[in-house]
Amino acid sequence: MSNIIEFKNVYKSFYTKEGEIAVIENLNLTLEKGKILGLLGPSGSGKSTILNMVTNLTEPTSGDIKVNGKIGYMFQKDNLLDWRTIKDNIMIGLEIQNKIDNEALLKIDSLLKMYDLWEFKNRFPRELSGGMRQRVALIRTLATDPDILLLDEPFSALDYQTRLLVSDDIHRIIKQENKDAILVTHDISEGIAMCDTVCVLSKRPATIKQTYNIKLTIDKEETHTEIKRTPMNSRNAPEFRTYFDLVWKELEVYAKQ
Amino acid sequence: MQNNSKGYQAYLRKQEKQRKSIIVWQVTILISFVALWEILARMDIINTFLLSSPSDIIGLFFEYLKDGSIFVHIGISVWETILGFSIGTVLGIIIAIMLWWSEPIAKILDPFLVVLNALPKTALAPIIIVWAGTGIKGIVVVAVAISLVTTILSAYNYFINVDEDKVKMLKSFGATKYQILIKLIFPSNIGNLINIAKINIGLAWVGVIVGEFLVSRYGLGYLIVYGGQVFKLDLVMMGVVVLAICALAMYQAINVLEKRYKAKQK
Repeated sequence: MSNIIEFKNVYKSFYTKEGEIAVIENLNLTLEKGKILGLLGPSGSGKSTILNMVTNLTEPTSGDIKVNGKIGYMFQKDNLLDWRTIKDNIMIGLEIQNKIDNEALLKIDSLLKMYDLWEFKNRFPRELSGGMRQRVALIRTLATDPDILLLDEPFSALDYQTRLLVSDDIHRIIKQENKDAILVTHDISEGIAMCDTVCVLSKRPATIKQTYNIKLTIDKEETHTEIKRTPMNSRNAPEFRTYFDLVWKELEVYAKQ
Repeated sequence: MQNNSKGYQAYLRKQEKQRKSIIVWQVTILISFVALWEILARMDIINTFLLSSPSDIIGLFFEYLKDGSIFVHIGISVWETILGFSIGTVLGIIIAIMLWWSEPIAKILDPFLVVLNALPKTALAPIIIVWAGTGIKGIVVVAVAISLVTTILSAYNYFINVDEDKVKMLKSFGATKYQILIKLIFPSNIGNLINIAKINIGLAWVGVIVGEFLVSRYGLGYLIVYGGQVFKLDLVMMGVVVLAICALAMYQAINVLEKRYKAKQK
């Protein structure tokens, strides 16, 4: 298995007028090809800082970071531009990178068709539901053809029901497009349902407290065809509860403080 | 839409009735004001030397219309206003872009801009005219001076208040500062820039009239101040009424622009 992203002994501190604050300490993590890695942690534990270091928006104070591949970022808010149609919103990344050609346009068309947004391509963002907007945001990221997706709490702005449906959608798209991803979340069940590996972070200065490889039995009931794992059926797997309790115990300490 | 319910039709009729009654009231107020003014003037209850009368004002207007001189005055004032307005707005927005582009420049210039903004620019008009010269040039500079600083400050404020997350989204695709300006900052602020333009039309008129008060042989401001000096109050009143109509026309022009922009949005 090749590693797509590798953090080795990463240390990061911020300088402010009040002094130096250590945000991340001795952090080691790896993202393997074809996997989704979840980062779970208490608020203010530097999850976003980790993503910013992956995208090179900030540099680590010390330590090594290896990133093999192009990165696409997906945010908490869909950040769609109101004055652009859905198609134009999806094009913005390519526009910025000056990569609009026939091939790219065909790819966008096929993405729009595949993920049920074709009829909406000339509509404006305000005409779409929150779940659809988040799907548009993902396709906007996919249009520039990244290898690795960074998902920074992409569902937390949605209501609960939409959240479950959209996380199924997004999981399916990531697997179908064969991308690797890091998902930052503070929702334990979402992390377990979406990810292949879940890392629990400690409070600031953050380091990895515990890593869980999520192994769920889903395809037992039907013997002939293998059923693909989705966040929705993961939630029904017998092991789900166990993982939830394990992670819950890890994080409980911080909630009480 | 033919199958509207009776209740809805009644609602529409009521709305239409309300709209009409507002217009009727507005016209009634205007006509009765002018009529009352005329009647009181004819009955010698008010002093026509101080307050003139509608018929005198209209008579004078036709006199100026006959020899065409009113067009010269309107033309010059409107031209000065358009120049002052366009230069002030465009230059202000360009400077605001510079401030947005470079945070150090914005920080360095901040106290100066605040002081200039607080200062009543009309106080500078006499010096500006000495510096820039009399005639159209000096007057346009006064008009620019009045609108420039507020344009810079408000446009800059709009620019830096664009959603930080959207900027981050563009940056995640590797956008340059210029791309962020063209693809995000400008398009998200078109409505705000139109508002700035609306305010600047009014400010440009203030600058032009003040400039013409100080030094001028033509223009509406000149007519008003000349009328005052020779105690021809009908000339003053006529100047003010014509000025009001010109200012309204320019304001409406921007309104049409705004409506067209909003229609395009829908």
